Amino acid sequence: MASATSSTVDDRPAGADVHLPDTARDLVKILVTGPFGVGKTTLIRSVSEIRPLHTEELLTEASAQVDDLAGVREKSTTTVAIDFGRISLPGGIVLYLFGTPGQERFRELWDDIAYGALGALVLVDARRIDASFDVLGLVEESGLPYAVAFNTFPDAPRHHTPEQLRAALDLEPTTPMVTCDAREADSSIDALLALVQHLIDHHPPEPR
Amino acid sequence: MTGRRGGRPLVPAYLSTGGVARPSRTHLERLSVLTCSGGRAPTDLPAAQAALLEELGHGSLTVVEAAALLRLPVSAVLVLAADLLDRDLVLARAPIPPARRFDPDLLKRVADGLRDLKHR
Ligand SMILES: Nc1nc2c(ncn2[C@@H]2O[C@H](COP(=O)(O)OP(=O)(O)OP(=O)(O)O)[C@@H](O)[C@H]2O)c(=O)[nH]1
Ligand SMILES: [Mg+2]
Repeated sequence: MASATSSTVDDRPAGADVHLPDTARDLVKILVTGPFGVGKTTLIRSVSEIRPLHTEELLTEASAQVDDLAGVREKSTTTVAIDFGRISLPGGIVLYLFGTPGQERFRELWDDIAYGALGALVLVDARRIDASFDVLGLVEESGLPYAVAFNTFPDAPRHHTPEQLRAALDLEPTTPMVTCDAREADSSIDALLALVQHLIDHHPPEPR
Repeated sequence: MTGRRGGRPLVPAYLSTGGVARPSRTHLERLSVLTCSGGRAPTDLPAAQAALLEELGHGSLTVVEAAALLRLPVSAVLVLAADLLDRDLVLARAPIPPARRFDPDLLKRVADGLRDLKHR
């Protein structure tokens, strides 16, 4: 993916405006997750008030062992970039969005980022639905409430009914399922709202 | 392959040259907000701690924001922040406690705030 090597041109100023306003009180987070290239970075960029930042996360030994089994030898340490963005809301709420890769081998990192999160927005590419099975497994095992958003890629198949898509993903009847253009702020906000409304309507039990 | 971004070392030098995590009593996490206490920094403050303190001199930052700006792993910033907390040079405030995150009033404020963003 180009996103891994090239930095994105963005005219939001770097640095200075990243510092938190004094009004910031309640910090909350939502994970934006899904397989490679599904639009996580795009969604965060379209709604974040700051130029999206990223941290380099050291992968743990457990993940390194998985890589070893795959035949990658002498790999001491690797990193994965985790993008994040921020939205300040009235009343001192600051919502953080973490673009978290959904591969099984990132499980430990996933759980670490998921700690204390409101929930996860799971992006799905209708052209390769099975690429999302890993991430749905991670989300369900973490106990985080979630909503599913199909990204509107132009060549996505259109013949599936919502019922077929739900069945393919094995979703609970109450799990929100929306479509979203991650490049558009309003569309991305609607997808986030579907998740937050789900939390309001279903009073999630305290996850593990 | 390691070090995708500009050959920056993966493990900061101070971690491999005896930087030790003192167990700080304050629990720190990714979204803990770090603020300068205003205390005077000793002149022999280790460079990495001084760099974090300097960043915080411009205003409060969460741990992840500090990690991104300093280009350090989150785990390294957690160690640096704990050191600065122990020296009373930094204050830390926790994000929403997990037990409060599904508070209906909080969730409603998040939803209302997001809706307002759309009408701008
Ligand atoms: N048409 C369309 N294109 C999209 C949408 N979302 C993302 N894209 C495009 O898909 C490509 C990949 O998007 P990214 O945001 O980099 O995906 P990612 O999930 O961050 O990818 P990785 O970080 O590499 O896993 C980019 O070229 C985006 O412009 C969408 O909703 N509609
Ligand atoms: Mg990305």
